[in-house]
Amino acid sequence: MSSYRIQGGTGEWEVVIGLEVHAQVTSNAKLFSGASATFGAEPNSNVSLIDAAMPGMLPVPNGYCIKQAVKTGLAMGAVINKWSRFDRKNYFYADLPQGYQISQLYHPIVGEGTITIDADEKSGIPEPLKIGVERLHVEQDAGKLMHDQHPTRSYVDLNRSGVALMEIVSKPDMTSPAEAGAYLRKLRSILRYVGSCDGNMEEGSMRADVNVSVRKKGEPLGTRTETKNVNSIRFVMAAIEVEANRQVDVIEAGGKIVQETRLYDQERNETRSMRSKEDAHDYRYFPDPDLLPIELTEDFLAECKSELPELPDAKRARYEGALGLPAYNAAVIVADVETARWFEALVAATGKPEGEIARTASNWLISDLFGALNRLGKSIEDSPVSPKQGAELLSLVADGTLSGTLAKQVFEIMLETGDDAGKIVEDRGLKQTSDTGAIEAVIAEVMAANADKVADYRGGKDKLFGFFVGQTMKAMGGKANPGVVNELLKKALA
Amino acid sequence: MSEITDLGIAGIRDGFRGGEFSAREVADAFNAAVAGGKALNAFIVETPEHALAAADAADKAKAAGELRPLSGVPLGIKDLFCTEGYQTTAASHILGGFVPTYESTVTAKLFGAGAGMLGKLNMDQFAMGSSNETSAFGNVISPWRRSDGGNAALAPGGSSGGSSAAIAARIVPAATGTDTGGSIRQPAAFTGISGIKPTYGRCSRFGIVAFASSLDQAGPMAHDVRDCAIMLEAMSGFDPKDSTSLDVSVPKWEAGLSSDLKGKKVGVPKEYRVDNMPAEIDALWQQGIQWMKDAGAEIVEVSLPHTHYALATYYIVAPAEASSNLARYDGVRYGLRDLPDGANLQDMYAATRAAGFGPEVKRRIMIGTYVLSAGFYDAYYTKAQKVRALIARDFRQAFEKVDVLLTPTAPSAAFALGEKSSDPLEMYLNDVFTVPASLAGLPAMSVPAGLDAQGLPLGLQIIGRPLDEQGVLNGSLAIEERAGFTARPGKWW
Repeated sequence: MSSYRIQGGTGEWEVVIGLEVHAQVTSNAKLFSGASATFGAEPNSNVSLIDAAMPGMLPVPNGYCIKQAVKTGLAMGAVINKWSRFDRKNYFYADLPQGYQISQLYHPIVGEGTITIDADEKSGIPEPLKIGVERLHVEQDAGKLMHDQHPTRSYVDLNRSGVALMEIVSKPDMTSPAEAGAYLRKLRSILRYVGSCDGNMEEGSMRADVNVSVRKKGEPLGTRTETKNVNSIRFVMAAIEVEANRQVDVIEAGGKIVQETRLYDQERNETRSMRSKEDAHDYRYFPDPDLLPIELTEDFLAECKSELPELPDAKRARYEGALGLPAYNAAVIVADVETARWFEALVAATGKPEGEIARTASNWLISDLFGALNRLGKSIEDSPVSPKQGAELLSLVADGTLSGTLAKQVFEIMLETGDDAGKIVEDRGLKQTSDTGAIEAVIAEVMAANADKVADYRGGKDKLFGFFVGQTMKAMGGKANPGVVNELLKKALA
Repeated sequence: MSEITDLGIAGIRDGFRGGEFSAREVADAFNAAVAGGKALNAFIVETPEHALAAADAADKAKAAGELRPLSGVPLGIKDLFCTEGYQTTAASHILGGFVPTYESTVTAKLFGAGAGMLGKLNMDQFAMGSSNETSAFGNVISPWRRSDGGNAALAPGGSSGGSSAAIAARIVPAATGTDTGGSIRQPAAFTGISGIKPTYGRCSRFGIVAFASSLDQAGPMAHDVRDCAIMLEAMSGFDPKDSTSLDVSVPKWEAGLSSDLKGKKVGVPKEYRVDNMPAEIDALWQQGIQWMKDAGAEIVEVSLPHTHYALATYYIVAPAEASSNLARYDGVRYGLRDLPDGANLQDMYAATRAAGFGPEVKRRIMIGTYVLSAGFYDAYYTKAQKVRALIARDFRQAFEKVDVLLTPTAPSAAFALGEKSSDPLEMYLNDVFTVPASLAGLPAMSVPAGLDAQGLPLGLQIIGRPLDEQGVLNGSLAIEERAGFTARPGKWW
């Protein structure tokens, strides 16, 4: 239980939150037809006869979508139901050509599982928290109505009609907006690791329905409302906050919360009633007689398991353990599968033992590479520097060719030109020197020019050592090997 | 030589191959018969050009030595099958003018086997009816007349009434039917022809306008058992486009035909002896039992204890599925759209569906919506599914003792049009003998077995084990050979 409370006029209120996430399954084809499931095509260009519900058309399940759902379930440590079934959810709407959505009410493909959200002290999550997942089922998406195409009519785009969705229903285990946000981030991370959903909320491939209720400490659960189709993590957190506060206001003013569907208005940061339970559709769910039950074999499950990648929690443990990464570095890198992939490619490309280079590599990635990407407004997938190029740079530092300062310079040039580090070092003569003769000559000049300070140092002002290092490095244009400089200076000043 | 139009599939096939006539002559003869049969109202659309094109292709194929199983055979196609480029309406206004851009798997297979299409046959609207009176295109009239001298127009049965009437009138040699609760068998019985509903899943449902998905099955309707066997072979087979299609090979049913039932056991289910069964039907049944014995079979009385609940179960399950299957006819994408001035989406749905669906279709949509609605679902739909499982179990247990079952097809001979249309319940009782096999997904066939006192045909039904169409065809053949049914309606049209 988080410490998040709503301060009402009558005291503190706890908030109880459950989330239903609709995640679009990453798949070339739709759930029951061969039509393309890609986003952004011309309206009605990705529509098969089945998606348009022409007379006599029949759905045929897309095995790949089923596999994606099973793998997602496995990634949540969930019960996989070897026997599941599709049901029809009946209602009329112009974006629903069949007059029913094929979904799974009675026998979902995935049962209970868990998602562990990471500790985040700043957000009031002092330690990792297990959030229960009630179920995951597979269903069809609907089409889209377009109201801005004609003065008096609405148009229908069926490109999305029949696209596969996973509905992932959490238990009401969250008690603050921060926990809900962390749950969604973690869920998205898992989906992206598995490759079952791209988690892109802007394009609508992940949406959340937010169930919220409030209660006084120790009281039974209050009546909940469901705020539909919230399309960013930030808005989910905001919607919880305003809805919980609204509920407290209503109750404290002597009112009652009615079970209803609400809408979040992001412009005005408020929720509004869409329809109450009394107006709710009677969906007349029943098993779809066009489809046979899905029976999963042990072989199929084994295949799904074997295809699962290392998941964020396991990866993080490995990074902190075998690779010796600081906890912060490990958390930052595993949060996004693309970052983790980049990091692992970087480490591998150095050709050095992981335990030796990983920590340095993680530091460089988090500070230097992330800094550069932020500045350029690019994601790691579009990084102008490849893991191989990064590895070369790290190797040049490790073997003493480049100092830390020189490495930063070289990296900037890499970003600008796209050239490899080795070539830049060669072309521009940025190589660090360990030539003792050259360094000794410079040291002699520096000492001659600062005879007073030499005297002071020899008189006991040890701190001046840094001054001599700085002067020597400066005189050598930063290219001297700092270790060698230290060593020779100590001798010369002794 | 007899008239070409007197021939069935085997007769046409063999005559064509033997050089007695060309496929073109066959198509011409049947096209003329169709054109001359308008008084029967058996067709919604006539497609003589399709039959001719297929015939010309057959004549060429013959010259090239590339004959296919149905080369030279023209067929009638029930209007429930989507036919590419040809209007398909399921006999409903709501699909008025709808021309599919795709071909149903069954018709594609038939045309691929060399058959041509004479036209789209009239039927009960969305296959809902037992008399053809629910068609939006006017009812089909049976070619049969009572021998009492009265001229009452009779029902050809339903829902495949256009198919049954056209075959009995010899304006098509054979036709496709579909059977959800008896829609092949009952019209076959009413018109003195043969028809088999195969095992659920034998024929693909892809491209057949859906009525009740878990029950709908296509099947052949023809003059005799052999023709049904030939046509069923061409219609059957696994289709990846239908998830409920059975991935099993198609037997050579025609080659396997045998009326010798020695060593076979024929079950007679005692529960089919219903109250008020006409004595003539009962007598025919007893005659059928004798014929089976004559064919060498042993007769075994069996019990199917849940038969009594089959009709009620069917009239929950089928409307429930129909209420959902017919939701797609909403005026948005194809077919009828009724958009009153100032109408919103809900108004358009209401107006379109009110204008597009006939009364029987509306009745079943309402029944189906009711039985699926919250608060009634368990009492009706869930219970019906349980009873359905019990009915299937009854059959399984019976088939541990016997090879096929023998029953009457329908509780009466053809009735007059209008005689039962005012009382839906009485109409539903027509399905009492055919519905149980549908609920269990079993192959079942009606063969003509005799005439009643008024000179109207009566049929007997053979029900078999899952996938044992051969047993059903052979049992039917044994009856056909002994019944010697040669009666045919006098031409009045």
